[in-house]
Amino acid sequence: MRQTITEKILARHYAKKRVEPGEFINAKVDLCLGNDITAPLAISEFEKAGIADPWDKNRIALVPDHFTPNKDAMSARQCKVLQVFAKKHCIRHYFEQGRVGVEHALLPEAGLTGPGDLIIGADSHTCTYGALGAFSTGVGSTDLASVMATGRCWFKVPQSMKFIYKGRMQKWSGGKDIILFTIGKIGVDGANYKAMEFTGPVIRGLSMDDRFSMCNMAIEAGGKNGIIAPDEKTRAYIKQAMGRRYLSYAARWSYLFSDKEACYSDSYEWDMSAVEPQVACPHLPSNVKGVSALKKVSIDQSVIGSCTNGRISDLRIAARILKGKKVNSRVRLIVIPATQNIYKQALEEGLLEVFTKSGAVVETPTCGPCLGGHAGILAEGEVAIATTNRNFVGRMGSPKSFVYLANPAVAAASAVKARITHPAEVV
Amino acid sequence: MKLKGRAHKFGDNVNTDEIIPARYLNTIDPAILSRHCMEDADPDFVNKVEKGDIIVAGSNFGCGSSREHAPIAIKASGISCVIARSFARIFYRNAINIGLPILENGQLPGDIQTGDIIEIDLAAGRIYEPKKDKAYITQPFPEFMQRIVSAGGLMQCLKPEKGAQDTL
Repeated sequence: MRQTITEKILARHYAKKRVEPGEFINAKVDLCLGNDITAPLAISEFEKAGIADPWDKNRIALVPDHFTPNKDAMSARQCKVLQVFAKKHCIRHYFEQGRVGVEHALLPEAGLTGPGDLIIGADSHTCTYGALGAFSTGVGSTDLASVMATGRCWFKVPQSMKFIYKGRMQKWSGGKDIILFTIGKIGVDGANYKAMEFTGPVIRGLSMDDRFSMCNMAIEAGGKNGIIAPDEKTRAYIKQAMGRRYLSYAARWSYLFSDKEACYSDSYEWDMSAVEPQVACPHLPSNVKGVSALKKVSIDQSVIGSCTNGRISDLRIAARILKGKKVNSRVRLIVIPATQNIYKQALEEGLLEVFTKSGAVVETPTCGPCLGGHAGILAEGEVAIATTNRNFVGRMGSPKSFVYLANPAVAAASAVKARITHPAEVV
Repeated sequence: MKLKGRAHKFGDNVNTDEIIPARYLNTIDPAILSRHCMEDADPDFVNKVEKGDIIVAGSNFGCGSSREHAPIAIKASGISCVIARSFARIFYRNAINIGLPILENGQLPGDIQTGDIIEIDLAAGRIYEPKKDKAYITQPFPEFMQRIVSAGGLMQCLKPEKGAQDTL
């Protein structure tokens, strides 16, 4: 039996030629990650266990991005825990506010994640780095503490599911729509405990930003990881992000693919040609409909940002729609570049000017509104459309509010019309 | 380990935002977290729950965020065990890692209702309803997971010597 890309990466990190789905392994980790919500708990566990030093100060990333800029004294105290720990142990990848970004956009951009790596993060959307051909998955704080102590993490080797996308994407549809479509088909636990491998000509044609957006939401189908075999686009991305260090990844290209005879628990093949922009309705990411079916839904707020869709190409699409137009007077549009670099780039390209002139709020990089943390909370009865990844009850504020998930073009067009809108209607 | 308590019944896809909303995540204090446990699924839960009670749920319990605050809030609220038709992956490992017993059974929640008394034998993987004389048999944890739960959590396994987890 041949192996999938996920099995190959896990085997290499367990110093074995092969691993089988269902096998428990204690694998070596290349990078671990915590944020201002999950790392304080991990640090507390780490210290309670009486461990003197982390296993490797260069392989821990601490990213205070959820309640930052510090929203209150308790949040400030949590961020302080990260700062003090980073200083005490000389943690190399600690990102202070002003240089921080939404973690899953920040780490690839900083060249810290690459093909074939095994990455764990105390954040469910850590699966994002699968877009680069890494095995990456979300865990909790205790797992993070244990990895910070030992450099290893236990896993049950997942079965793999294969998704093949064919055809030609419609003009205003992209990675976000492919993943929403997929979650709509298989459900929020359709990939529970499994690896989601995305393949096919449509995936080859996608930009890295769109691939990140797809792998980011593997967890919304319950997936352990989402993964796309690296190609020339991946190589160009990491070359730019890592500089000369990318050379150390060059040898990995020869094995980072799934063998033809590899075994999958499930296989799906879809033609994407007829798939218009997708929208996930309250209160589950699987509650997906085509945008045209939701024309009558009025909105109070639109959010463009998050680890799913706060990247530069997302902002470019939104600006293309908003240029010369006004956000509807009944709507709040909040735009959040995912990292400080994306913010700077958007500034240089004139995108921020387009947003501010249209009447949008432009915020510093933060996860704030996505999880109902701060900076864009919904009141009772309010409706939002967002490029974020979850629309559970109370996710963006009041348990009596409603969140629809969509791509940046739909979120921007909807802000103009004050109702869920197909981008073609506005441009 | 044997447990006995009253059931609190929930449906499918109970997510971590309902178990402990993000608005309370600016602390890691279990006592504070427990006061908001299950708040967005059942605002009255914290007033009803008693020490030793058991959560019974449908499929995909704990889906969503990686926040370990979710099983911590449940444990600190007095719940002794969560049994569900299935669990989301991260919640599953978080519960094991902090020493909150959980059991998965494809027939749940069956006809178990809130208030029913349930007995659980963790080592045997047996769930029993005395009133109806009905038993559900589940697969017990693999041995290394039992070790983590009985030690009170993953970090307790690491304590004796750094790297002890390598014996896994």
